[in-house]
Parts: sequence; structure tokens; C-alpha cells
Amino acid sequence: MLDIDIADLKRISELIFQKYNYDFRNYAMSSFKRRVLRIMELKKLSVDALLKKLTESPQFINEFLDELTVNVTEMFRDPSFWRIMREEVIPAIMLNHKQFKIWHAGCSSGEEVLSMAIMLKEMGIHHEVTVIATDLDVNILEKAKTCSYPIKNMELNEKNYIRFQGTKNFKDYYREENGQAVFNKELLSNVSFRRHDLVTGDIFNKFDLVLCRNVMIYFNQALQNEVLKKFHESLFKYGYLAIGSKESLIWCDYANRFIVVNNEEKIYKKIKD
Amino acid sequence: MKKINLNNSYKAVVIGGSAGSFQGVVKILSQLPKGFPLPIIMALHRLKHVRNGFVEALSIKSVVQVTEPHDKETIKKGSVYLAPANYHMSVELGNNFALSTEEMVNNSRPAIDITLSSCAFVYKEKLLGILLSGANKDGALGMKHIHDRGGMTIVQEPTECMIDTMPKAALAVTQIDHIMKIDEIVEVLKELDKQYR
Repeated sequence: MLDIDIADLKRISELIFQKYNYDFRNYAMSSFKRRVLRIMELKKLSVDALLKKLTESPQFINEFLDELTVNVTEMFRDPSFWRIMREEVIPAIMLNHKQFKIWHAGCSSGEEVLSMAIMLKEMGIHHEVTVIATDLDVNILEKAKTCSYPIKNMELNEKNYIRFQGTKNFKDYYREENGQAVFNKELLSNVSFRRHDLVTGDIFNKFDLVLCRNVMIYFNQALQNEVLKKFHESLFKYGYLAIGSKESLIWCDYANRFIVVNNEEKIYKKIKD
Repeated sequence: MKKINLNNSYKAVVIGGSAGSFQGVVKILSQLPKGFPLPIIMALHRLKHVRNGFVEALSIKSVVQVTEPHDKETIKKGSVYLAPANYHMSVELGNNFALSTEEMVNNSRPAIDITLSSCAFVYKEKLLGILLSGANKDGALGMKHIHDRGGMTIVQEPTECMIDTMPKAALAVTQIDHIMKIDEIVEVLKELDKQYR
């Protein structure tokens, strides 16, 4: 059976950092190990062969990143979260400014970006909002831009949408083409997709709302702590941060610069610079 | 009770279960000795999109309140943990949990194999793994990892299972130390508890 020890995992993350400047050294070990094992299995590579390939074929790194990063998501994941967004968070932001900015950090294949776009359309404020969606994986960003997803995912997405209590018929948002559900690109007209690495990347803008749900779970606590500092700096005062329903930031240094807006849905508000 | 060698070096108990395991889990948790010295880590198949209700249902009769851990939460002795809906749950070397939204494994998220295998990796021979009733093969590979790393393995007696696919799958892929009814598993935990007094 395929296995890999911690020393080899460290060699891999060290090599990727030195050679390509992607920093996985502070990723949570349990999932990092599973991802690397998965790549070894998919590509039929031993540890040594994997290290050799990473050293000798620079073009392999994108393929590697594409498999390493977790790109499993769904539209309107946690419908109760989206209801709170629509009914409480977005209206609260709009009390202060008519126009505002959202950052989807670690947007993966874009399901959440598209969910947000649909919600903003239904709220009639889509044109007032500027959205930036980032991920470290360039391949997945290209996929996100296409606005199309396997039709087999639509059953779950539609179920979520119904539980979100959207105002339309979910099927009206896409047309079926060659087994794909193709959404109207106009939904993403206010979105710019950019490659950005949360670990090594700089602060690049200020936002009213940052969504980073189920991304930091792949980081260890030290790295979560660092990334929260970046989110803090990227938020306007009284801006909002949303993380995954089973994530917590209570052990982070900057936790006391936020207050809990909704504990069930893990929505926070920056109250101190 | 069958003769079984226990000592006080165990660090954790991990339980996997699926269809037909609910009653068994409730029975185990309701008869757990007060002040049980180890964490009990459970991965049970559940509805992916129903976040609430399951942990409450399990807690009603449980001696200890069951909780769904947050990502990176520290694992405490005597606590009972349940993998949250739509997340895989692993144990990290620093004695905390790590959650993940990776692909489903064996058509499941949470997958029992992921929880069991990560426990096997972290706790090695200091782990007691228990696999209960269920309708697919999830957990079998995890039980193999537990056995291979020197931990003790127990499956629920197939004749007592509502659906015996899961324990049978484990029996087919690895050496299982004990095949037991729920009542016997309860006795093992009581006996284990005594080792720490």
C-alpha cells in the first residue's frame, strides 16, 4: 500500500518552496499527506519519482498544484449562511455605502462567486458591487471563468438554492450544453479573477466583505494566525469576514479585533484596526 | 466476557458506523463509565446537508455531551467527538482535529476510513478501533491501518448488525482482534476504564 512519511512530505514542501515559491510548509499535515498520496497514485509516481519530476519539469508544477489544492465545492453551500448574507450582512454593509467590494479568497472553481452573483442580482444590487476572486491555482481560475459546471452537480446546487429560498427558478440561470450547465457570463461581469497566494501574497486591496470558507482548514494554526492578520488588514473597519461553519479563529492573535456577528454561520466583523 | 488484554497505555478510542449503528452507539455512550479517561472519536455516516440534530440525538442518553469539533480544536481526554456533516475529520500530530472538504471517499463525507487512518497514524498501538453496523465498505481500510500500526481492532458481531457489510468488509481485509456484540464492547470500555483508576 502506498505510504509516505513526514520527512518526505517535508522534503516535497521544501522543494516546492525553494524552486517555485509556493509555501505548503505550514499546511495541515493530515490533508497535505492525503493530497500528495493522491497525486502519487494518480500519476503512478514513487516519492523519489515525484521529487525528481518536481525538480526537473517546471511545467509539472501547475498540474501538481491543481491536484494538491482541494477543489470540491458546491453552490449555496450551507443555505442558512446565504440567507444570513442576504438578510443581515449585505443590508448592514449597504447602510454605510451604496457601493462596496467583496473578496472571495480561495475561490476554487467559482461556485461561491457565482452564488454571490445570483444573490446580488436577486437583491437588485449586482451593479453596485465589485468582486475580486482569487486562488493560487491558475487552472482552476480558468475553469471558474467559464461559468460552467457538470450538469450532474446541479441537483445538489438546486437543492441548496431552494433551501436558500432564492426568488427564481434555479434552472433559469443556466442552459444545458454537452453535459455542462452553462451559466450566463453576465453574472460574472463585476468579477475579476486573479491568481493570489494567501500564504506568500501581499495585501492588494481593501474590502467590505471577505469570504474565505473552508480554505484555512488546510493550514496549521500558525498559518491560520498569519492569514487572519492579512484578512484584518484587507478589511475596512466594520467590514465582515466569513469563514467555514466549522472553522474558528478564537486562538488567533487578532481574534479580539473582531466580534462575532453570527456564531452558527461563522461571520465576524472587524471592530479594531 | 471474552478474555482481552488491556492496559493503561491507550490514548484514544475511535468508532466508525453507518446504517444500523445509531442504536449501538447510543448504547455504548449511555453506559460509558463516568470520567472515562480517553477521548472517543466517532465518524458516523450521516445526511450531508443536515448540520443540526444528530449530535443532539446522540447526546440525549450519553453520559458525556457529544460535540462536533471545530477545525484545529484540541482533543481532550474524556470528551466524545462526532465528525460534523459534510466534512472529513482527521487527527493531527499535535493532538488536535483537522477538518476537510476533500472529495468524498467511499461515497461518504465524513468518511470513516479518513478518521480511522489518521488516528492510526497518530496513536499507533495506543488506539482502540471499533467498527459497527453499516451498508458499505467504508472503514475497512481504516481498520487495516489501525491493525498495521499495532492498534487493537474490534468489529460488531455481524449477526447482531442490522446491516453486516461494513464489519464483514473489515474482516475480509485485515486481522480483527475481537468480534463482539455491543454489550461486550461496553464491557471492554468499562474494563479499559479500570486500567486507569
